[in-house]
Amino acid sequence: MDYIKQIRQDFPILKTQVKGHQLAYLDNAATTQKPRVVIDALDKYYATINANVHRGVHFLSENATEAYEQARYKVQKFINAASPQEIVFTRGTTEAVNLVASSFCQQFLNAGDEIIITRAEHHSNIVPWQLACERHGATLKVLPLTDSYELDLTKLDQLFSSKTKMLAVSHVSNALGTINPIKEIISKARANNVPVLIDGAQAGAHVDIDVQALDCDFYTLSSHKMFGPMGIGALYAKKSWLEQMPPYQGGGEMILQVTFDKVTYNQIPHKFEAGTPSVADSIAWGAAIDYLQALDHEKIAQHEAGLLEYAEQQLSKVDGITFYGQAQNKVPIISFLLSDIHPHDIGTIVNDYGVAIRTGHHCNMPLMDYIGISGTARASFAMYNTQEDVDQLCQALAEVKRVFHGSR
Amino acid sequence: MDLDNLYQELIVDHGTQPRNFAELDSHSHDAEGFNPLCGDLVHVYVKLDGDKIADVSFTGKGCAISTASASIMTDLVKGKTLTEVRALFKQFQDLLTKDNQSEVELGKLSALAGVKKYPSRVKCATLAWHTLQDACKE
Repeated sequence: MDYIKQIRQDFPILKTQVKGHQLAYLDNAATTQKPRVVIDALDKYYATINANVHRGVHFLSENATEAYEQARYKVQKFINAASPQEIVFTRGTTEAVNLVASSFCQQFLNAGDEIIITRAEHHSNIVPWQLACERHGATLKVLPLTDSYELDLTKLDQLFSSKTKMLAVSHVSNALGTINPIKEIISKARANNVPVLIDGAQAGAHVDIDVQALDCDFYTLSSHKMFGPMGIGALYAKKSWLEQMPPYQGGGEMILQVTFDKVTYNQIPHKFEAGTPSVADSIAWGAAIDYLQALDHEKIAQHEAGLLEYAEQQLSKVDGITFYGQAQNKVPIISFLLSDIHPHDIGTIVNDYGVAIRTGHHCNMPLMDYIGISGTARASFAMYNTQEDVDQLCQALAEVKRVFHGSR
Repeated sequence: MDLDNLYQELIVDHGTQPRNFAELDSHSHDAEGFNPLCGDLVHVYVKLDGDKIADVSFTGKGCAISTASASIMTDLVKGKTLTEVRALFKQFQDLLTKDNQSEVELGKLSALAGVKKYPSRVKCATLAWHTLQDACKE
């Protein structure tokens, strides 16, 4: 059996039939599907070691705590952080960005200060910074894009000032698939003494991440975009930042001692994990990481590159198609429009042929505004997608054209 | 099949060549409606004569379902009183969300009955109607 077919066997949901058609799941940028080992890990946790962590002295609690901390260690290794203390579990990337925008800014952002983001960010890497700027009287500065919708790095230097307190940028664009030159951006920020947050939501499933090599200050991850469960993610932050930042939320777990006069906070990372965490999801995310690590990365990278090339080739044969975002360096995400047909209509019609794609602005309204459209149809691939999925999409697009133009 | 049910000729026709698609010069009321899910934007213009809709038109950008629904709506509500329009909208909403609804009084609107099988598209089909109601408020 070929390698990809073998991988497909690990994902039960891929066998789903939609309206009499084999499911072609091409909405992986929204969320990836889960392999059997991840589903089993959730089941096993609740069936064998479910207990609250860090507070019990009994058998189950000790086991749950160990498995939970083991998951933290797996995330640490996955992004090559220096210590598990630098990994804070969150609900996902959104909460991780909010944690920094809230906690870091409370400590370091003052009236008149500036934060830099880019025009191609997901709303979750825009709105938390807008809120922080509003709260502290700071200004948001936006790095513009080039004509091909890539970050215009020639404009970056002039954005830095002595007032710049943070630069936040995504590793990979969820709308267009562009892999941003974050290494270069980080070194420019470093030269200007500005800390950097990288939104890694789209990177986990496609790109090798090494936070020490990148030398970023913050990096955010979502488990569900890299074959793990929903509701769990992580914030990586350099230890020195976590030590200087005030807590994000108050509650159990994040304290050492509470009196009505004084509270002593727990050690990092626990200082940032108020309340009972999503233990089962963390452990199952660890299982997803184990699963990913055991795969042949070279084979998968080759497969995904080949798939992107094949998809672009086949789709470009569809009359009236326009692509958005064709960077040299990109993950297998294709954003497109079909003549004057609204993306929502495209999405509904291809669904009747078993094809799942995302349509709309992809939570990137400022980017869509810049392009001058209200949204796109987006096919986003994962390692388990095949050329057959691409063919099925192309056939479904022919049906879209039949409905609207009466011909193929 | 479902799809041909949803994208009937009438819907594609109204969706790609909408009627009453212009700003009404002499409108007395207007409102803008927005569907953040898909970025659909519709602007409805109304000329009220007492309680009666003397004229109505719309502009905007949207999918075939929302455009067709707006187009058919403008054809249908012209000359009707606001009370009649409210009753018609209620019947239309029921058609999109409840089983076994009568299509008798809905005329061309019943072409949108297929939307019922696509719950995520109900908002597209009702956007112009909500906007019309907003415009006629006050």
